[in-house]
Amino acid sequence: MSGTFIGMPAFPKAAHEAVRDATLRANLRHATHTIRDKRAVAVAELADWAELREAGKQIKTETLRNLDTYLVQLEEAVTAAGGTVHWAADAAEANRIVTELVKATGESEVVKVKSMATQEIGLNEALEAEGIRAYETDLAELIVQLGEDRPSHILVPAIHRNRGEIRDIFRDTMGRWGRPAPEGLSDSPAELAEAARLHLREKFLRAKVGISGANFMVAETGTLVVVESEGNGRMCLTLPETLISVVGIEKVVPTWRDLEVFLQTLPRSSTAERMNPYTSTWTGTTDGDGPSAFHLVLLDNGRTDALADEVGRQALRCIRCSACLNVCPVYERAGGHAYGSVYPGPIGAILTPQLRGTTSEVDASLPYASSLCGACYDVCPVAIDIPEVLVHLREKVAEEGGKGHRLEKAAIKASTWVLDHPGVLSAGERIASATRKLHPRKLPGPGARQWTESRDLPDMPAEPFRDWWKKNRT
Amino acid sequence: MKQNSRARVLGRIRQALLDAPPSPEPARDYLTAHTPDDKAVILDLLHENLADYRANVHRTTETDLPALVAELLDRHGAQTIAVPPGLPVAWLSETTAQQHHDTDSLLTPHELDTTHAVITSCALAIAETGTIVLDSGPGQGRRALTLVPDLHICVVRAKDQVVGSVPQALPRLDPTRPQTWISGPSATSDIELDRVEGVHGPRRLDVVIVTR
Ligand code: SF4
Repeated sequence: MSGTFIGMPAFPKAAHEAVRDATLRANLRHATHTIRDKRAVAVAELADWAELREAGKQIKTETLRNLDTYLVQLEEAVTAAGGTVHWAADAAEANRIVTELVKATGESEVVKVKSMATQEIGLNEALEAEGIRAYETDLAELIVQLGEDRPSHILVPAIHRNRGEIRDIFRDTMGRWGRPAPEGLSDSPAELAEAARLHLREKFLRAKVGISGANFMVAETGTLVVVESEGNGRMCLTLPETLISVVGIEKVVPTWRDLEVFLQTLPRSSTAERMNPYTSTWTGTTDGDGPSAFHLVLLDNGRTDALADEVGRQALRCIRCSACLNVCPVYERAGGHAYGSVYPGPIGAILTPQLRGTTSEVDASLPYASSLCGACYDVCPVAIDIPEVLVHLREKVAEEGGKGHRLEKAAIKASTWVLDHPGVLSAGERIASATRKLHPRKLPGPGARQWTESRDLPDMPAEPFRDWWKKNRT
Repeated sequence: MKQNSRARVLGRIRQALLDAPPSPEPARDYLTAHTPDDKAVILDLLHENLADYRANVHRTTETDLPALVAELLDRHGAQTIAVPPGLPVAWLSETTAQQHHDTDSLLTPHELDTTHAVITSCALAIAETGTIVLDSGPGQGRRALTLVPDLHICVVRAKDQVVGSVPQALPRLDPTRPQTWISGPSATSDIELDRVEGVHGPRRLDVVIVTR
């Protein structure tokens, strides 16, 4: 996994940092609380939520147990439907495959729909190095890309930017990449969205190559599914002549019928909607409708390492709904960038160390960036026991590191940060739930003793996690 | 190279799963639907949920449909309309909007971009989620048709095109056909979580339920 954010993103000048951080934290808090409350309402509408969640968990578990079989079945079905399947063992290989495919079309620009897998492998940078410009088309991703920034939330990646900042970014940078922002652009969200629509439409209409991820791949039929809100996904999936989808191997589900579970649980968990505005499904290619060439790049990049871990493999059930981020007291205070990867929040804390290993300080510290309150497990639509995996990974870090080791030091620092921010702990206690199977009484690893102490200190951290990290990392 | 990685990834997966316990067939104890099996209730729910996600919903009869279509196009100032193959001719019998038929020579993306509206039928509609599903069947056309113009009028036949739930919808849909599930017009909440309608897809969605 590449794209480590060590050194942290290039935020504006130090002078503005304090202000920016206040904005970031306020935005984040507003966002997570709003989505969290709406989610609860959307979930409460379904009397069988617990059963849907259990089915989602079991379907994914069974899929992972027979992953080789399902991937081969998927490959056959996609190929039979006119698509081409590529296998990428790691990020470098995936980037090479995509770059070659784009070059073969003779194009030097592509339109992209938001995809965590392509962020994970650093595809845009790899394409850029080969002279290919990848245009992000999701509004939030566009804001992030134009601002030369990093996403901070899975679902709302530009949540750390407020409307005034977005207006400035659009005004200053759109012209460099295509149609400039309209004269006198205000900071009303409707006007900003309109500016993005106009800026991107000319790109969609002339695009010859589209790049996407996928939320699901159906093994029995070879069907790919993309769930979205804005319509930029439909544009990228429909208008270009060539479509390249880069998808993690864990995204496969066995049957078309299995979608009946996830198409109910994902939208409600994610955007708190009964259904997201647009869902696209396609199977290979179709004459006279959409791209005439379809390539599927199946990505491993550390997933098989996670699969080999009997406790950790449950992280591969994740359907990237981001519900766990929105309830996490640590995420709310530390912000998405602090997690040092494209996967922030609780899921990032268990996925990143497994995909990348725990040999770097930032990755070794991630399992400690949690108060183990269990709120993430309660909301997870595929019932990933995140605290269980965190505790397990702490054990692994402790084994690898040992006393006085640099990894232990990193772990202590992360634990100390959590302990120094009792808002995190008390929030954790407030939402800790009785439904969890596992509330470890004794925590392995450094800092364990202090966990039971409760202290009464201010809610907001004295310094943001990333500043702290910059100062303290070795 | 390609073959190598295939073998490598599959080999790693098999290696990773050597000690994994067998996994039982998933339990499906969830409900098939959350709505009573009553046509009128399901139709009302569809209406309500479509409207909740900001689609404009109308009910009419087969006889009055052409007049309503003409009126909707007028109301939105749409002077040109894209027409998919297989759309009943009668539906457009009362409008004066200029018709762009997407038949032998397909409309280019730029031509679609200057077309104000599109009218389609649908494969089915899902009441619980307020969703219409297009599968490029007769009267629906290819996916780009309902994507680029700014107004989408979608006609749903109450008699046999409305189901209650997602689990009831999937068995009726053919996964080999490209599908678009639409629940309200395109939207974003990316700017300070303020909902804005109409980012890239049609900014207006009018769903006409034909009853009788
Ligand atoms: S871990 Fe669960 S709650 Fe978090 S993003 Fe993944 S599926 Fe959603």
